[in-house]
Amino acid sequence: MIPRMRTPHQGIALQVRNLRKTYQDVVAVDGLDLEVHSGECFGLLGPNGAGKTTTVEICEGLNTPDSGEVLVLGRGWGHQDRELRQRLGISLQETQFSEKLTVDETVQLFRSFYDRGPWPAEVIAMVQLQEKAQSRVGSLSGGQKQRLALACALVGDPELLFLDEPTTGLDPQSRRQLWELIERFKADGRSILLTTHYMDEAERLCDRVAIVDHGRMIALGAPQALIARLEAEHVVEFALAEPSAIDESLLRAIDGVCAAERRNGTYRLQVSELHRAMPSLLAELRRQGAQLAELRTHSATLEDVFVSLTGRHLRDE
Amino acid sequence: MSEPGRRWTGHPLVQLTRVRYREFFREPEAVFWVFIFPVLLAAGLGIAFRNRAADRTVVAVVTTGTQAAQLADALRRADGLDVSLLTDSAASEALRIGNVTMVVVPSASGQLEYRYDDSRPESRTARLLVDDVLQRAAGRRNPLAVRDQLVRERGARYIDFLVPGLLGMNLMGSGIWGLGFAIVDARKKRLLKRLIATPMSRSQYLASFVLSRLTLLVIEVSLLLGFGVLVFGIPLRGSLPLLATICLVSSLAFASLGLLIASRAQTMEGASGLMNLVMLPMWIFSGVFFSASRFPEQIQPFIQALPLTAVIDALRANILRGAGWHRVTGELAIIMAWMVGSFVLALKLFRWR
Repeated sequence: MIPRMRTPHQGIALQVRNLRKTYQDVVAVDGLDLEVHSGECFGLLGPNGAGKTTTVEICEGLNTPDSGEVLVLGRGWGHQDRELRQRLGISLQETQFSEKLTVDETVQLFRSFYDRGPWPAEVIAMVQLQEKAQSRVGSLSGGQKQRLALACALVGDPELLFLDEPTTGLDPQSRRQLWELIERFKADGRSILLTTHYMDEAERLCDRVAIVDHGRMIALGAPQALIARLEAEHVVEFALAEPSAIDESLLRAIDGVCAAERRNGTYRLQVSELHRAMPSLLAELRRQGAQLAELRTHSATLEDVFVSLTGRHLRDE
Repeated sequence: MSEPGRRWTGHPLVQLTRVRYREFFREPEAVFWVFIFPVLLAAGLGIAFRNRAADRTVVAVVTTGTQAAQLADALRRADGLDVSLLTDSAASEALRIGNVTMVVVPSASGQLEYRYDDSRPESRTARLLVDDVLQRAAGRRNPLAVRDQLVRERGARYIDFLVPGLLGMNLMGSGIWGLGFAIVDARKKRLLKRLIATPMSRSQYLASFVLSRLTLLVIEVSLLLGFGVLVFGIPLRGSLPLLATICLVSSLAFASLGLLIASRAQTMEGASGLMNLVMLPMWIFSGVFFSASRFPEQIQPFIQALPLTAVIDALRANILRGAGWHRVTGELAIIMAWMVGSFVLALKLFRWR
C-alpha cells in the first residue's frame, strides 16, 4: 500500500541493552533488553505502569535513560538526531492535535517536516480519512483521531514505526480498523514497536512479544509459543454456589488438568485436553456435592500467560 | 490540498506560520480581544472624555433667607454654571454623592458660606467661578484689564493621551497572550512533544510565532491608530519609520516575555496566573489611562524600568510630541533589554515536554 520509496533497514531495527530509568523513588524500567528485527512487529505487552511508555519514549529519543544503551536503526541518540528522526514514524499516547486545523492541514504540516514520503492526500487515503480530509480535527471521533495520529506517523515513509497504545479507549470496530492498517504497513516489510495492554491486539499484530511487569521483562517470544509454553490450550474458570468449596489438590488430580488455583472464590484451571478434563471435573464436583454457580472455558491467551507468571490480570489496576 | 503527481513544496516554516494564522483567525474570541476590543475601548473612553472643557459646573444654592433667589439668578447669568435651589439637607446630600460640586449657603447676616470638598479639583474651580460671579454682581470692580484668547490644541486632549497608552497595552496583551497561551496549550495537549518527535527544527517552530506576530501586529496597530486618527483626529507628529520601529521592538519584547512565561507552565491556569502577575503591575503603573508620574517619587525607578512604561512613553513622545530617534533611545534601550533578556532566559528554561 505504501509506495516503496525507501529500502527497509536490514538487520536489527532497534536494540536496547540493560535499560534503566528511575523517577524519584519509582523504578520505571529495571534493566530491560530488547531486540526488534527488521520487518518485525514487536509488542511490549504489560499492565499500566509496567514501564512500557517510558521504554518507548527512551527509544524515540524523547526521554533519557539513567543507564543502558539504545541503538535505533544502528544509531544512538544525541548526534544528528534530526537525520535519524527522518527515518522514524512515531505515534504517542494521548497526543491531541490542534482542533482548529483540518485533517488535511494537519497532515500537510507533518509532511513538511520530512524530506521524503507520500503525498498528504495519499497518507490520508491510506488511513481511510478521505471523507474527513476537510473536517476540523475537533469534529473527529476517537477512532478517526487515532487514524490521523497514524497518518502523521506515516507521512515520512518511516523504516521503523513506534506505536504507543494505538487503540486504547477505542470501540471494537475502530480497533479492528486500525489493526488492518497496521497489518498492511507491516506487510510492506517495515519494523514496528508497539505497546499495548490488550492481549488480543498483541496476539493478532505481533510477531514476537515481550511481556513486561514492573519495568522488567518476564517473558519473550512469539505469542503462540508463549501460549504453548503453558502446556495448556484451554482455561476453565468456575465458581461454586455458597457454601460449597472444593480442595485445589482434588482438582489438580483430574486427568488433563495442568494447574489449578483459587482466587476470590473463582477456580481457575489450565487444561491441556478439554474434552477429557470437563467430564471428570463435573463428576468430581458432583461427588463433592458442590453446586456450580458459574462455568466458563476459553482457549488460552497471552492474558493467561501473564496471569500464570504474575498471579494478576493485565487490567487489574 | 495536494493531488498526487503535483510537486510537494510545503516549507516547514511556511506551514508552521500558516498554522499560527489558522489557529488565531479560527478563534473568534481571540480576534475580538486583539482587534476589536481596543478600538471599542478607545471609542468608549474617547466619547466619555470628549469635551471636558465645555463641561458645565453644577452648583446648589440653599433656599434660606430672601437672598437665595437673587444669588441663583446672578449665577445663572454666568457662562458654564448650572444652578439648582435646594433645601439645606437636599443640598448636602447632592454634594455628598457628587451631583453638585459646591453649595452656596446664604445667611440672615448677609455673609455667604461656600461648602465644598477642597480635594476635588472641580470643586475648587467651582468655588473660584462662583465667588467671582457673586463678587462682581455685588459691585466689585477688577483693577486689572484682561482679555481671554481660547486655544484648543489637538494632541492635548485626553483621547490623544489615551490612544498611545491603549496601543502599548494592546501590544503587551497580544504579545504575551498570543505566544503564551498557544505554547502552553500545545504543551498540555502533548503536541509539543509530538512535534519534537519529528525532524522539525525547533527554531523554526519558535520563528513561526515571531512571523505570525509581525503580520498581526501590522493589522492591530493600523486598526487602532487608524481609528484614532480618522474618528478623533489624533495627530501623528513623529516619523512613521520610528513609530513602526517602536511597535516592532515592543511587540518582540512582549512576545519574548510571553515565551518566558510559557517556558515551563504545564497548565492554562498556571500560565494565565503568571501572565496576570506579570501584566497587572504594568496595567496599573505604566500610565495607560493616566500619567505614571502621579505615583510617588520612591517607586519611579521601578515604574520606569517596566517595559510597558518605556513603550508608552516612546509612543507618546513620537505620536504626540513628534520626538525623533535621539529622544527615545533610552526607552528603546529598556525595551530591547527586556526583549533580549527574556528571550535568552526563555531558551534556557524552555521545556518541550
